[in-house]
Amino acid sequence: MFENINFLLIREIISSVLIIMGVIFMLIAAIGLLRFPDFYIRMSAITKGSTLGVGLILTGMGTYFNEPDILLKVLLIIGFTLLTSPVAAHVIGRTAVRNKIPFWERTDLEEFKDYLHKEHSTHRDHERDNKHL
Amino acid sequence: MKTFIAHFLIAFIGSYLYFKYGDPMVPYNAVWAVLVASFIMFLLWLTTPSYHRSYFHKLPRAISLIAFFLKELVVANFRVAYDILTPNYRMKPAVLAVPLSVTTDLEITMLATMITVTPGSLMIDVSADRKFIYMHTLYVKDNDVEAAKQEVKDGFERRILNLTR
Repeated sequence: MFENINFLLIREIISSVLIIMGVIFMLIAAIGLLRFPDFYIRMSAITKGSTLGVGLILTGMGTYFNEPDILLKVLLIIGFTLLTSPVAAHVIGRTAVRNKIPFWERTDLEEFKDYLHKEHSTHRDHERDNKHL
Repeated sequence: MKTFIAHFLIAFIGSYLYFKYGDPMVPYNAVWAVLVASFIMFLLWLTTPSYHRSYFHKLPRAISLIAFFLKELVVANFRVAYDILTPNYRMKPAVLAVPLSVTTDLEITMLATMITVTPGSLMIDVSADRKFIYMHTLYVKDNDVEAAKQEVKDGFERRILNLTR
C-alpha cells in the first residue's frame, strides 16, 4: 500500500518549508531590530522572533533526518532555548529600566510611575554609596 | 510531577527497547518512535486513577496549556511580523501592572516565562509584595488597559492555576 509513495520527497518538502519559514521569521526579526522605535520594543522583536525561528529550523532538520536520537536532541535544544531566552530578555529589560533607558514617547506609563520613581531613587542612593566607598 | 517523570522515563526506555530488541512491526524512524512512546504513556495514564488521582486530570490540562502556548507564540509572532513589514505602526505600547492571583514561586516563574516568550510582551519586574507583575506590552486595543490585563489573566493565568491547584 505504501510502496509507491516517495517518502523521502515528502520529508524533504516538509522540512524545506519549515526551515524557510524559520529563516523568514528570523529575517523579519532582524528587520524589526533596525526599524522599531525604542529599546524595549526592539528587544521584544528580536528575542521572540529568533526563538520561533530556531524552533522551526530545528524541527525541519529533525523531520529531514527522521531518526529518534536526532529528534531527541532537537527537542532538548528547543526546550532549553524556550527556558533560557525569556530569562535573558527579562534580565536585560530590567537592567535597562534601572539604567533609565527612555521609553518610546507613545508608551503608556501611567501604572509604572510609582515603580520607576522608587527604582530610580534607590538607584541614585546606590550610586552615592559606591562613591562613598 | 514525579509521576510524570517516572512515566516519561518508562515510556522512553520501553520505546527504545522495543525498537532495539523487540520485533518491530513498523519501520524504525522518528514518527513511530514518538508514537510508541506516547502509546506507552497513554496506557500508564489510564492506570493512574488507582494510585495518583490528580494526575489523571492534570495531564490533559498540561497538554492544553502547551497547545495554547504554542498557538499564542505563532499568532503573536505573525502580529509583530505584520507590524514590522508594513510602514505604519499599529502598536500602542504600555506598561501594565497586572494583579496576580498566582502565589507560589513556581507559578509566578511559569507565568513570567510564558509572557516573555510570547512576542509583544515583556516581563519587567514583580512588585516587592508579589501582588503585581509589571509587563511591557505592545498591543493595547483602544487604550483599554483593563481589557489587556484581563486577556493575560484569562489566557495564561487561569490555565496555570488549573494545572497547579
